[in-house]
Order: sequence, then C-alpha cells, then structure tokens
Amino acid sequence: MAKVLMKGNEAIGAAAIKAGCKYFFGYPITPQNEVPEYMARELPKVGGVFVQAESEVAAINMVYGAAGCGARVMTSSSSPGIALKQEGISYIAGAELPCVIVNIMRGGPGLGSIQPAQSDYYQSTRGGGNGDYYHPVYAPASIQETVDLMQEAFDVADKYRTPVMVLGDGMIGQMMEPVEFFEREPLKVEKPWATNGTKGKRKPNIINSLFIDPQVLEEHNHHLEEKFALMKKNEVRVETFNTEEAEVVCVAYGTTARIVKNAIEICKKDGIEVGLIRPITLWPFPEAAFEEVSEKTKAYLTVEMSLGQMIDDVKISVEGKRPVEFYGRCGGMIPTPKGVAEKIKSILGRA
Amino acid sequence: MDVVFQKTKGLTDKPFSYCPGCTHGIIHRLVAECLEELNLLDEVIGVAPVGCSVFAYDFFNCDMHEAAHGRAPAVATGIKRVHPDHPVFTYQGDGDLASIGTAEIVHVAHRGEKITTIFVNNAIYGMTGGQMAPTTLVGQKATTAPYGRDAALCGNPIRMSEMLATIDGAVFVERVAVNTPANIRKAKKAIKKAFEVQLQGLGFGIVEVLSTCPTNWGLTPVESLNWLEKNMIPYYPLGNFKSPKEEV
Ligand SMILES: Cc1ncc(C[n+]2csc(CCOP(=O)(O)OP(=O)(O)O)c2C)c(N)n1
Ligand code: SF4
Repeated sequence: MAKVLMKGNEAIGAAAIKAGCKYFFGYPITPQNEVPEYMARELPKVGGVFVQAESEVAAINMVYGAAGCGARVMTSSSSPGIALKQEGISYIAGAELPCVIVNIMRGGPGLGSIQPAQSDYYQSTRGGGNGDYYHPVYAPASIQETVDLMQEAFDVADKYRTPVMVLGDGMIGQMMEPVEFFEREPLKVEKPWATNGTKGKRKPNIINSLFIDPQVLEEHNHHLEEKFALMKKNEVRVETFNTEEAEVVCVAYGTTARIVKNAIEICKKDGIEVGLIRPITLWPFPEAAFEEVSEKTKAYLTVEMSLGQMIDDVKISVEGKRPVEFYGRCGGMIPTPKGVAEKIKSILGRA
Repeated sequence: MDVVFQKTKGLTDKPFSYCPGCTHGIIHRLVAECLEELNLLDEVIGVAPVGCSVFAYDFFNCDMHEAAHGRAPAVATGIKRVHPDHPVFTYQGDGDLASIGTAEIVHVAHRGEKITTIFVNNAIYGMTGGQMAPTTLVGQKATTAPYGRDAALCGNPIRMSEMLATIDGAVFVERVAVNTPANIRKAKKAIKKAFEVQLQGLGFGIVEVLSTCPTNWGLTPVESLNWLEKNMIPYYPLGNFKSPKEEV
C-alpha cells in the first residue's frame, strides 16, 4: 500500500478500524477530537457503531459493556478525560476485559492547557484507578509507529484480557506525517467468557470485578499479578541507540525522543557521543536496557515534557550505578534540541 | 401430583443476600418470572448495580455484568450496541440511579436506548448502612440526616419517574409498589410491559418500584409495608406516566 499523508489522530482511527475495532465510545476533548470525529465518519461504513457519550465516565463504562460482550472496542481522550475514565479502567482491569484506550496528553494539572505534555506518566503507568493493577502502555514516537502499535495494542489486549493504553501527546495527535498501513491479520482469540446470551447451551457468564471474600480477592490479585509478570516477560518494547559509545545516555519517549535525537546530532558535531534509550512500552518498563552499561557512560539524562515522572522508573532501572540527571519542560512547553544539548554538555562539564 | 407453583427458572439456586422482609427479593422474582414467561432467559443480558442488589449477577439465571456505582445504564448501552437484538436490562437502587448515576440514567433515556431499567426506590442507601438518598422523604431520619431530611438543607426528594417521563426517548415509565398482593400483581404487569416495549424496539423503558428497607428504616417488615403505603405512595404516586400509543 502506498504512503498517505495523515494527521496523527486520524491515523489512530484508521489503524483501529484496520485492527478490527467495531465500537467506539468517546467524549470530545482537545487535542484528540479528530479520533472520535474519524470514528463517527468511518465506523458506520464498516458496520461498526460510534456513540458520543454524555461524559468520559459514561464512555469508558460503555467500553466496559461492549468489551464484556467480546467486541473489539476503543475509546480515546486527553488528560482530564482520562482522569475521569480511571474508575472504569480499574473495573475493566479487575474484570479482565480487553479494550484499547488512547490518551493524547495535554498540559495539567486541572484544566491545564491544550498543548502537548507528558505529565500523565504516573496516571498512565501506575493505574490511576483504585487497586493493584497495571496495563500495557505504548508510547509511539511517530505516526507510522502509532499506526503499527494500534494493531499490536488490540492484539495484546485480547491475548491477556487487559486494557491497553496508547499514550501520545498533543504533537503526535496533531501533526501530519506520511504513513503506510501494512496488512496484518488481527489476532483471533476465542472469548468463551463473553456475554452474548446463554442460548440455553451454557451456564450464564458473569462479567465482574467484585470478590467480597478477602481470601478470594487476594487469589484474584495474585492471578492478575501472574498476568502482569507474563506481560513484563513478553511485551517489553524499546529502541536503543548508540548506548555502547555514549558518554551520556538519554532516556526519552514519544515526541521528546525525537527532540533528543536532534540534540544527539548537535552533540556529535561537538565531538560528544550521546546515546538514547527510548521506551516504547512505558509499562512494562524496559529495565533490562539499563543492565549493560558501557564503561564510557558517565550519566543518564531523562528528558520529559513534565517536571519529571519517568525519571523514577529510570532510577529504579539504573539502581544507583550511575547518576541520573533530568531535563524537562512542562505546561505545554516543548524542549528544544539546543536546550537538551546544553544540558548534556553541562553534565560533562563542557558547557 | 400436579405442580401448581414452582420457582421460576429465571433465578438461580443461590440464596438471596437480602435482610428478612426486604422487598428486593420480591422484585427479583417478578423480573425473573417476566423473563421466563417472555422466553428471554437464553438471550437476555442483565446489569447489576452497586448497592444491596450488587449480587444480582448471582441470582438472575442469565448472562450478567456487574457495573460500577451508577454506571449500569452506560454499561447497558455498550452491551446493547454490540447486541442490538438481545434484550438488556439494568437493576438499580435509588442511590445508584438517582444520585451518583443521574447523568447516566438521563442520557440512556435521552438516547432512547432500547433497554429496560428496574429502579428500586427504598428511600435510603441500604447497603452502606442507612444514609440519606436523594429519594429520602422530608423528615425521614437517616444516618446522615439524623434530625430528619431538611428540604431547606438538601432539597426535596427527587421524583425520577416524573422527570424521565419528560424525555422523548423514554417510551415507558411506570411507578409501582410491592407492598400488597394487588400491587405486586400490578408491578409484574408493568415489568412485563417494559420488556415488551423493548422487544418492539420502541425506546427506553423504566419501572420504578417502591420497596422497603426494614433494617435501615428501623421497622419490622410489616411496619415497613405500612410505612411505604402511608408515607411513600402519597409523595411518589403510583401509576403509568408514559406508554407507547396503542396501535389502532
Ligand atoms: C463510587 C462509589 N461510591 C460509593 C460506593 C459505596 N456504596 C455502595 S452501595 C451504596 C448505596 C446504594 O444505595 P442504593 O442504590 O439506594 O441501593 P440499596 O442498597 O438501597 O439497595 C454506596 C453509596 C461505591 N461502591 N462506589
Ligand atoms: S439493608 Fe435494606 S435494602 Fe438492603 S437488603 Fe437489608 S432491608 Fe433490603
């Protein structure tokens, strides 16, 4: 298939439909509005259903209902809207249902701004809802990668019966890039647990996250824990670049990782070797990428569009073996390659 | 020997978790009998709320979802959009439907979602121990209204059926009570009608059922039935607020 120029949010919609998503429930919020708009336009053409819910709370609960019926279903929102969806996400995780949630992050806290940010890292990777749960979080850095990961997100959701989040920022949602859609069969997973009427042939199926007996709930939590361990083992995705030669290894994801790549070019011109660890899955976090540190590496530098949230996971992964520095812009401000390069030089005492 | 009466197939063998004398059990049986008599058990998908009827998913003998507090109408919407040909119902308490889930119930009606809602109004939060509900009567004591509900402080009790009946997408709205055998028969008729309206694809249907909570009202089961009749029915008048026009 030839490349087409597409806006990030629309590409997300197109990729979801290609991945077999038939149901979308959403509520408008900038900068992700083109996702529901695309779905409203395109889903009816493939026999799917779009519903504009009365709120994010309702939207995620519609997702919960549809997912319980075994459907491939998705919702999308931006930061304050995802905050409202956390109740439902927790229920979906507890009831072990597959679905995809897209978060196109904007600045916060509160109403914040509509500019790109990465300040929902904690909210996304720590389970913003109640209870002990995690779900995979994909953080694409280009529109092509977003498209490729959408399919992956639906497949992984079905495989593990888990919500999966695709985490972009306003930049990923709003910019246009050429993309190519690769034909790939959606993973086929039997869903004998789904509610579609007993047809008088089986016992009733129950979609539920209530385990009133503490012992039974503990068992359920351990069962979920086993699933989390399996995802940690099998679903980590990361890109590493120049880590063997680097004096400083940057850690950045999504849009920020692209800015860091430009900073690396600037440093190279000045004779400084800089590497990059780019987590593609923020959960599970690519801890193993930090295990083999080069003798040459003097420090890590975490770069984020926030006051520093992923830095906690970087520090956990580095285990105190090297200093971990931070550079970030927030509130919708975007770091520049020059700013990052200056920070790298100052870490090395060559500013 | 002829069998003249037996337990409905619409209920499982699981013993109810309701207090003695609580009318939730009667309402369960009515819903289950209607599902059986309409031959819907193989197809229907139900949604249980949060509240004393939280375990409804264990009692109804059909596919069930458990929903977060107040969200059953949204969950039912998701189900119905995937399965437009399956009957779908929610079973919700008054705290669930008239407080935390007001937006969800208004909008499920507003969209004319083809589902049936059984709304159990016992004028109190039962499960959490007798706090004030939006439906608690003026002067009625609750743990969070220890001096009796004061309208100046927290408004008058909300009449959901009257309010929902004003919404175009709601095509069947009726308030019933389960305090006497005659009223129980009327309640069953209304519930059945609400499911029939759904099967005809006409829109949203709701049956509000006035129910008792002997435990949190601090009354015996019989006193509770009398209290319902004397205090609730005058404020929450029984009757049909909306029905699809009969074909001529
Ligand atoms: C988000 C949330 N808030 C509060 C609760 C606690 N809670 C459980 S049941 C209930 C009241 C239910 O009352 P009602 O819907 O009237 O049903 P009843 O118990 O009277 O049958 C509340 C507040 C909860 N489970 N979830
Ligand atoms: S607390 Fe009240 S509503 Fe709940 S089961 Fe007991 S009597 Fe019924």
